[in-house]
Order: sequence, then structure tokens, then C-alpha cells
Amino acid sequence: MSETSAVVLEATGVTRLFDVSRPWLQRVLVGEKRRHLRAVDDVSFAIPRGTTLALVGESGCGKSTVARLAVGLYGPSSGDIRFEGQALSAARSQAALRRRMNMIFQDPYASLNPRWRVRDIVAEPIRAFRLLSSAAEIDARVGELLTQVGLAAADGEKYPHEFSGGQRQRISIARALSSEPDFLVCDEPTSALDVSVQAQILNLMKELQQRLGLTYLFISHNLAVVRHMADRLGVMYLGRIVEMGPGEEVFRNPRHPYTRMLLEAIPDLDMVGVARTPVGGEVPSPINPPPGCPFHPRCKLANDRCRVEKPAHVRVGEVEVACHAVQEGRAEA
Amino acid sequence: MSLLDVQDLTVEFPTRRGVLRALDGVSFSIEAGEVLGVVGESGAGKSLTGAAIIGLLEPPGRVAGGRILLDGARIDDLPADRMRAIRGKQIGAIFQDPLTTLNPLYSIGRQLVETIQTHLRLSDRDARARAVKWLEDVGIPAARERIDAYPHEFSGGMRQRVVIALALCAEPRLVIADEPTTALDVSIQAQIIALLKNLAREHGTSVMLVTHDMGVIAETADRVAVMYAGRIAEIGPVREVVKHPAHPYSEGLMGSIPSLTHRVERLRQIDGAMPRLTAIPQGCAFNPRCEKVFDRCRVERPDLMEAGRSRAACWLYAAENAHV
Repeated sequence: MSETSAVVLEATGVTRLFDVSRPWLQRVLVGEKRRHLRAVDDVSFAIPRGTTLALVGESGCGKSTVARLAVGLYGPSSGDIRFEGQALSAARSQAALRRRMNMIFQDPYASLNPRWRVRDIVAEPIRAFRLLSSAAEIDARVGELLTQVGLAAADGEKYPHEFSGGQRQRISIARALSSEPDFLVCDEPTSALDVSVQAQILNLMKELQQRLGLTYLFISHNLAVVRHMADRLGVMYLGRIVEMGPGEEVFRNPRHPYTRMLLEAIPDLDMVGVARTPVGGEVPSPINPPPGCPFHPRCKLANDRCRVEKPAHVRVGEVEVACHAVQEGRAEA
Repeated sequence: MSLLDVQDLTVEFPTRRGVLRALDGVSFSIEAGEVLGVVGESGAGKSLTGAAIIGLLEPPGRVAGGRILLDGARIDDLPADRMRAIRGKQIGAIFQDPLTTLNPLYSIGRQLVETIQTHLRLSDRDARARAVKWLEDVGIPAARERIDAYPHEFSGGMRQRVVIALALCAEPRLVIADEPTTALDVSIQAQIIALLKNLAREHGTSVMLVTHDMGVIAETADRVAVMYAGRIAEIGPVREVVKHPAHPYSEGLMGSIPSLTHRVERLRQIDGAMPRLTAIPQGCAFNPRCEKVFDRCRVERPDLMEAGRSRAACWLYAAENAHV
């Protein structure tokens, strides 16, 4: 087993393009060039061991693509992703490292094979990585895992359809834990669940993190959920991280105009009877993003520079922000 | 008199293994110009309540008991063609997914004009002018140019605006909005909610807003009904229910929502899950998960009773009332 480093996953300048060109013949006939969708654009982050980095953003901002990049389901078009100091592609080719990262998906109805018993679903990674050999040992381990996520060992005999959404998500978590990973990518793990069940799953994930020292990359569109889970928080917009810093700091003192807009837009229990003026506009298409800062068409602070020049990440206190207005001190109002 | 009065509504689904009671004695009313929020977990019966009111229960579901009164007249026992005239004209509906609500083969203008002319006697030109005005009202830029566009040419948020225009264009007195913002991003969600709220206020339309998102309810509704296992657990002014929930279930529900303004180490959680319709426990349906359960809860089913400024279906308040 390799030695452990302080940073579990590190991404540097990662960009991922998708080819959305029309078929070759059509392209030639109308004389059109290849077209690319820039789903993730120059994203950098590091996740220290035992902490949670949360990425939040609206649909189409590239957060799920980052999740897939982080476990090697996609390769980056450019840039570098390292797992425990090794290039991710190299780490993925070694079973000993590969088993240490795993993923929990959004839809617990689609991510469990309906024809398998729960004990086989949970045991699959154990068998695939040959962590245990005898059937008795595997059974004991599966029972232990199911108990750990709040189910009964006897539930292993059942099929997924016999469980509710929240219980299925517990099974997904048991499966993800069965290869004894230390890094989990969670892509919207509670978005398909009711709030009371969501609370159960979030509590469980936090308990497991403390008990097993897990590191999470947590993807969600729900800012309240993210606030509950995140040690560090990255806000994504059109493939870029526009603001990143310690979770509490970003929530208490949002700097980027987009972060502010998001925080203002969310309906909250504490806002009973408060009238608000929502920000207009919508997320532009990532196939044809606006020049300069991608947020400028919706931004109140946008000026000529924002329309032309893409802002670089600037450090403000503990937070990194990509915004000309913040950098020039125009944002304080 | 209330605009809508639902009395003891019971909806059943006959199945091979017996009759399932999906709604069991639901009673509430909506005043003119009022927004009533209906919350609950999936399967609690909130969408079903909306469907029963507009007469769109999917067979074999049927209204097995109770009455629904619109403006004092019964609408739950009307023949299909009379109900069709009420739907759209008196009661509008907005559903979750704007793509499946709109017909992809017709321009949005044609769909609006058709709806307007079905319910109001207007010439083609007047109907079209009215359609343009509605599109402007719901905030579609360049409405006059875009009225002949097809649904796929609009983004999700814009489509939901079209659906709202479609629901409101015959000026119904009641709109049933079933998860109108669930499919949308947060920034768009805020725009749609503000729009719905303002339109309801301007036109004096009553709204029944069904959603699982308590934040949306907190900001939009005047009163809120919390549903659990086919019954109303609590109903009251939104501030009361959100800040001082009376029913232990509402209390657990509010506590389980992560907050934006303060962080807690551990969320309050209600253990277990809502019972299936085939296995509703005796007595109060919430009793196996309730922290404050006592003997009476396991035997007798509570009806709504006074609980502070709200009404809750919970035996905790029976003793309290007895003293008064």
C-alpha cells in the first residue's frame, strides 16, 4: 500500500471539451467547423484528507463533469488530476489505488441492479478487487457494511425494489464503502430524496466521514445542503469555478456577484413574508459562451472590461474569486 | 363563503389486493385571493388532492367520499363535459414539467389563442392580442415577435412562463400549481415564484401551491397544509407552521431542512419512513415514528383540532383543549 499524502485529490487547470459537431458530411456541405462544448474550463482545486470539498452551481455548470473527471470516468482534455500525488490515469490502472476511490450517484433507483440481491450488490467491489476470498468472510463483511449504514444484515437477502429511496441510497453508500475507499465522489446524493430522508442520509454521511476519515467531493445544486456538508466550497458557473474558499466564509461573506445572486435567490424558511426582487436572465449556452467573464450578461457590476477580458482567479483573504469588479474594489456596495 | 371548500375528501384505488385509501378525510378551504401551500413527502397525497379537485384522477382512482365545493356549488360529481368547462375557465392548472404540458407541434400563440377562445367569446384578433398581453405579463421579452415560436425554441424557465400564461389566460379564479418550480434552477425558480405571487395578487386569483420545498412555501403561501400518509397533519398560517410547528411531524420536517443562515453539526432527523398505503398503522399514522407518542395515539385516529393558532391532527392538543 502506498504512503498517504495530505492532499487526496488535486486538479490543476483541468479543461474538458465535448465534441458537439454535426456529422462529417453535413459539416462539409455547409462548410462548418468542428464545434466543442467547454464543459469544464480551467478548474483547479485540492482536497485535503478527511475534508469535504463541495461544488455547487445550476444545471449545465459542469459540476457533474468534474465529478466524473475526479474518478476517471472522463479524461481531461487538458490539465492534470492527481490522486495521492500520482497521475489519475496511472492511479486508475492500479487496482490497489483504484479501490480507494468510489462514487455515489444521484438516482438510487437507477444505480442498483434490480436483478441482484443486495448482498451481491454490496459484495461486488469486494469480489472484484479480491479483498476477501471465502464466502463466509464476504458475508460477514457485507453484514457489517449494511449495519454501518443503518440497515440490518438480513436485508442482504432482499432485492432493491423492496426498499424505499432513502434505504436504496444507504445500499449505494454501503456498496461504495465496501472497497474500503478513502475518497468518495458524491454526485447529488440526496437530490432524489424527500427532506426528512435527506437529513438521515446527510447525517449518515457525516458520521461515516468522522468514523472512517473519508474525503468527499460533494456535488449539489442545493446551497443549504452544501452549507451543511462543505469544509471548502466552490461555486461553478459555465464550467468555471468563480469563487472558492472555506464554506463558512463564502456563505457569510459572498464576494462574486453570482454567488451573491444565488444566495439571494434561494427560498428559505427564515424568509417568511419577505418580498424580494429576483435577478433576471438565464445561464447562457456553454456551446456559445459570452466573451470575457461568462457571467457579465446577468451581472449588475459588468463594465467594458468584463465583456472582453476573462477574469483570473484572485486571492481575497481566504477566498479565491474570479471577478474584475472584486479585484478593482467595485463590488463593495 | 370560501372560494374552494374541500370537505372530508376520500380517494380510493381499488386493486386486486383490496382497496387502497390514498386520501382519507381531507378537509380544507381556500379563500379568494389566498395562496395555500400544500407540503409533504412523496406519496403523502398532495398531488392527488390537486388532481381530485380538477377532476383529473387517473383511473382506477376515484373519489369515494366527501365533497368539493367551488363557490358553494359541488364540482366533484359533475359529468365529464361540465367539468371540462370548469377546468381552464374556473380552475387553472400548472404542472411540474413545462415540456410535457405544452404541445410541441403547435406554436405557443396557437395554444394560447385556442385556450382563450375555448373559454371566452373573442374574435381571432382580440384573442391574439390578449395572448400577447399575457406573454408580456409573464415576462417573456419581445412577446409580439415570439408568439409564433414553438415550445422547443424556449428555455425551461421561459416555457414555464408560457405554461403559467396558459393557465391564467382564461382568468380562472383558482390555480392549482403542482410543483411548478421543481424542474427549474434556483435563480429561475425565484423569478417564477415572484411572478406567480404577483399575478395572483393583481388578479385576485387563489392559488393552491403543491410542493415539497418548504422554502418556496415559506415565501409564497399565506397558509400551509402539511400532509402525511393521505391526511392533513397540520394546517395554519405559514409563519406559525414554519416557526412554531404544532404537529410532531411538521416539527421534524422543519428541523430536517438544512438552513442557509446557520449551520448545525447534525440535522434533526425523523427515523424511519412514511408508511406504505397497504400498511397504515392503527391510530395516528405517524405514531411509530413519533417521539411524543402515548397510548391513545396507537388506538384512536386524531382529527384536526385547535393547536395554538394552527389546527393539528394530534392527540397532544386534546388535553389542552379540554382544560379551556
